[in-house]
Amino acid sequence: MIEIKGIEKSFDDNHVLKNVSFTFEKGKTNLIIGESGSGKTTLLKILVGLHKKDQGTILFNGEDINKMSNKEIRRFRQEIGMLFQGAALYDYLTVEENIMFPLNMFTNKTHREKLQRVNSCLKRVNLEGKNDLMPSELSGGMKKRVAIARAIVMEPKYLFCDEPNSGLDPKTAILIDNLIQEITVEYNITTIVNTHDMNSVIQIGDNIAFIHRGEMWWKGNKENLFRSNNKELSNFVFASKLFKRLKQSS
Amino acid sequence: MLKLLKHVGVYVIMIKKTISVPEKWGPFKKQLLLELSKVGLNSIGIVLFISFFVGGVVSIQTALNLQSPLLPKYLVGLASRDSLILEFSPTMISLILAGKVGSSIASEIGSMRVSEQIDALEIMGVNSASFLILPKIIACLFFFPFLVILSMGIGMLGAWIGALSVNITTVDFLYGLKYEFISFYITYAIIKTLFFAFIVSSISAYFGYYAQGGAISVGKSSTEAVVYSSVFILVFNFILTKLILT
Repeated sequence: MIEIKGIEKSFDDNHVLKNVSFTFEKGKTNLIIGESGSGKTTLLKILVGLHKKDQGTILFNGEDINKMSNKEIRRFRQEIGMLFQGAALYDYLTVEENIMFPLNMFTNKTHREKLQRVNSCLKRVNLEGKNDLMPSELSGGMKKRVAIARAIVMEPKYLFCDEPNSGLDPKTAILIDNLIQEITVEYNITTIVNTHDMNSVIQIGDNIAFIHRGEMWWKGNKENLFRSNNKELSNFVFASKLFKRLKQSS
Repeated sequence: MLKLLKHVGVYVIMIKKTISVPEKWGPFKKQLLLELSKVGLNSIGIVLFISFFVGGVVSIQTALNLQSPLLPKYLVGLASRDSLILEFSPTMISLILAGKVGSSIASEIGSMRVSEQIDALEIMGVNSASFLILPKIIACLFFFPFLVILSMGIGMLGAWIGALSVNITTVDFLYGLKYEFISFYITYAIIKTLFFAFIVSSISAYFGYYAQGGAISVGKSSTEAVVYSSVFILVFNFILTKLILT
């Protein structure tokens, strides 16, 4: 579980996040949704430590990351897995080497043990036998799946996904969404997905935070999303005709 | 002025972050071998080619400018030797390597920055500066002197061929080559080269590491890396020559 309280962030005069508080629940797919420029990527980057917050508290399972020593932070970072928008695979490494990279850096396992772990992760993302391919030989969806395998290879407690469906066709996007949800339940981890894909919201939105102009505008889940009278949320979620009809029929 | 100070500050912070004990020696050694091959082995060809022909041109031009019967013919060998050891090999080869190796370092690290590969390292808890930049700096510090010594040798071979083409005998050329040779000049050249190696690798890495945006930014960082590396090589060439030789 991750609790954030009163998060504030500004870049020069631009006040990006204003007093944002939320609880990301364990074993659930937590979604941060909002328009482009609403501050959701900044929030995600603050959560993983790529940006520093100006104010507020972040508690990972009750532990305040700001009060940790450098050694504790290094250990804590190994409990984090992240799926980047562009997959961020290392171009000069094969699929196997990419997934094995965190194991090489942080464990003392034998090569055979590491290979076993890599193969089990590849099997989990349905990419068995693709060990020797280079990232340039993979499709967008395959790259995302390799990135998921790399993110889970260290058995993290927290999985962060930045727009996992961007650039993917609808069928592959659903596949990735399902994979993220299955892994969340299977490993009982806290997953946070940053998205503006409404299919994802309806498909995997166990716990949703809607950010609008840097403020927490609405909290809920995919079930009560349709019943909400929040105007900004409705404008965002039901922007397309298809979703408007879906809301009317529900 | 404030911008320059900001750059200097960020550069110093990056260097401080870079020079640290690797977290794990296995992956670091693998990375270092990769860089040694990229920086060193891939540059040998261009260094040999340029050194041979520049050496030849230096000896021909020296011969053509020393046509007085009062001047001994062995001066061609002596002048070529000193030009190559003191200036061409350490400084000009470093400038050429700033173009080849420097732009490659900046664009490689810059591409990793804009495609979030560096962020991925940081999130895993890897010191990205140390993991990516330190092997490049070590590879440059190790290989630049080797390339410069190679350049001196091949440059002198080119100078000999050039001298033969303007009717300077091998005996005269070799006599000039050995005449009043000061071995400290080699040490001076190596000291300069080590400074230049650090300048090229660290400045190029700096521009790549802090690249922002997309492909255009990577291209810009690559150009800036070459320009600033060259400028600093020339400035430090002046300072080091003044400090060491006078």
